[in-house]
Amino acid sequence: MKAMIELQNVEKEFNGQLVIPPFSLTINEGEFFTLLGPSGCGKTTLMRMIAGLEIPTRGEILLAGSPVSKLPPYKRDVNMVFQQYALFPHMNVEENICFGLKMKKVPLHEQQKRAEEVMALTELTEYRYRQPKELSGGQQQRVAIARAIVNNPKVLLLDEPLGALDYQLRKHLQLELKKLQKDLGLTFLYVTHDQEEAITMSDRIAVMNKGHLEQMGTAHEIYHEPKTRFVATFIGENNILCQGDYCYALRPEKVNLHDPAIALEKTSTYRLYAGVVENVVFQGTIDKVFVRLREKDFDLPVLMAYQYFDDKRRWRPGEEILVGWEGPDAVKVES
Amino acid sequence: MSRGRMLAYPAIAWLLFFFLAPLVIVLFMSFLQRGTYGQIIYQFTVDNYIRFFEPLYLQILGDTLFMALLTTIICFLLGYPIAYQIARLQRNWQTLMLLLVMVPFWINFLIRSYAWVIILRSQGMVNTFLLDLGLIEQPLNLLYNFGAVLLGMVYGHLPFMILPIYVSLEQLDRRMIEAAYDLGATPIKTFFYVTLPQTLPGIIAGSILVFVSSLGMFVIPDIMGGAKSALIGNLIQNQFLSARDWPFGSALSIMLAILSLILIFLYYKALQAQQGKEDSR
Ligand SMILES: Nc1ncnc2c1ncn2[C@@H]1O[C@H](COP(=O)(O)OP(=O)(O)O)[C@@H](O)[C@H]1O
Ligand SMILES: [Mg+2]
Repeated sequence: MKAMIELQNVEKEFNGQLVIPPFSLTINEGEFFTLLGPSGCGKTTLMRMIAGLEIPTRGEILLAGSPVSKLPPYKRDVNMVFQQYALFPHMNVEENICFGLKMKKVPLHEQQKRAEEVMALTELTEYRYRQPKELSGGQQQRVAIARAIVNNPKVLLLDEPLGALDYQLRKHLQLELKKLQKDLGLTFLYVTHDQEEAITMSDRIAVMNKGHLEQMGTAHEIYHEPKTRFVATFIGENNILCQGDYCYALRPEKVNLHDPAIALEKTSTYRLYAGVVENVVFQGTIDKVFVRLREKDFDLPVLMAYQYFDDKRRWRPGEEILVGWEGPDAVKVES
Repeated sequence: MSRGRMLAYPAIAWLLFFFLAPLVIVLFMSFLQRGTYGQIIYQFTVDNYIRFFEPLYLQILGDTLFMALLTTIICFLLGYPIAYQIARLQRNWQTLMLLLVMVPFWINFLIRSYAWVIILRSQGMVNTFLLDLGLIEQPLNLLYNFGAVLLGMVYGHLPFMILPIYVSLEQLDRRMIEAAYDLGATPIKTFFYVTLPQTLPGIIAGSILVFVSSLGMFVIPDIMGGAKSALIGNLIQNQFLSARDWPFGSALSIMLAILSLILIFLYYKALQAQQGKEDSR
């Protein structure tokens, strides 16, 4: 596998304030790589440094093996899809798409050919003569992507490209983007604060917090083997069980609910605790069941579990209950 | 009806009266005749308008249009870089620079024109300085020529160009520039393909302001151009003050006003076309 982007101890200060502490990362060719983290954690800053719109205070950035830190953005073979698209309002869709090719003095017939292809790919052909203001949010978004991929960049940088769209459209475009990336074999660096989006789309995810890397891995690893408490709680839902210095993350879906009146066969690794149902919250296919534990082993008074819409036993607040899980399902995390 | 609006009516009536009344009087006057001694004869005629088309006056109109056009072009070439630099400064510096651009407005234009005379005349600051340095033997003729008038015109109108361009630069989305860089445009190309087209409304507004107010200018040619160069403004001034031909002066004023209105109308058309292009249909 070839490394496409390498960040080597990249740091960024704004007015003497350290926003990105030394940050290292390798993104492989053809990979869908996602930077995931809460807003303000430095995702955009990191991406802008790769695009050349921001200069690292220290450290080096390699693009396909060669250092680019000193190159201005217009000499870097990467393209960015901006958070609010930043389409040129005085150009129509086709002119927007051709802009990059025109700047690179690509011959006119070649420009036209590539624009046609990309417009067909992004289903924009019928809107080619429209101004950006005459397009819906989703269409503008597609223009922003078309305008970038038409240049055949080494890496496509996408900064929360779906953030401004409504839920349904976002879901739909997530799948389309993923397909586009697969079909073109392009390297995508994708930024989002939406963990669901990251998990659905990415080959690998880097979880960021306050400028530093918390954990990097496949969606599966990040979800099932969180290394830190931050990752465990930021991605999906987790119960954090702490005993002394040790903390464990336990997914609510791994927690089984048992009726104390019915005898149980336990394996040696099975943990069982008694409690009282405190609250049940309807969530559609699942209900969230909050159980107050009798023993004060963990400094977590209320444990969250799920009951499913087709469960026979429906739990109600006030009932005595047993909660249990397989020992290994509680993952040790750094607090 | 709100009390506020009731209170506004007298003010509106007041403004309308004092704005429209002189205009109506001038329009009325332009169709009257001049007596031998400069008195007004109340007899309808369109001669004043026909007289305007005599070669002498057309020549002056041509000179005026040329001067206004040149002033506008130079103001644009100077004003754009200035506005651009101001827009790039930090906030508090921007405010200071804009203030400096506007400060001259607080001083009477006549006085500022005389200041230029003091600087440029043969015993003026520039000539004294150059003579003292020994760079020249004889004082240069810096005043009372075409160049001096042009200098004064540009000086007087430059702020009208800077301010609207500054506003449109200020409104320009910084991310447009970044997007252009990202797509491979060098700073120069970015300027011509992205910045300039998007600040067109400001350029048009500034140009109209400079052009229209150049058309009517008479103070500068009078003071810095001496008696030699006459523009429409001077011609009108002369009709009222020395020639005592008020009807002809009025007709000239009306023609000038119509010309200005046509230009402003064209400006709005251009702006609408621009916005129509951007807005959804
Ligand atoms: N140009 C800048 N000047 C000063 N601080 C900045 C600048 N850009 C970003 N920051 C700061 O850097 C931090 C990270 O911002 P950003 O990269 O935009 O985060 P994210 O994209 O993850 O929401 C924030 O605290 C933000 O205030
Ligand atoms: Mg951001």
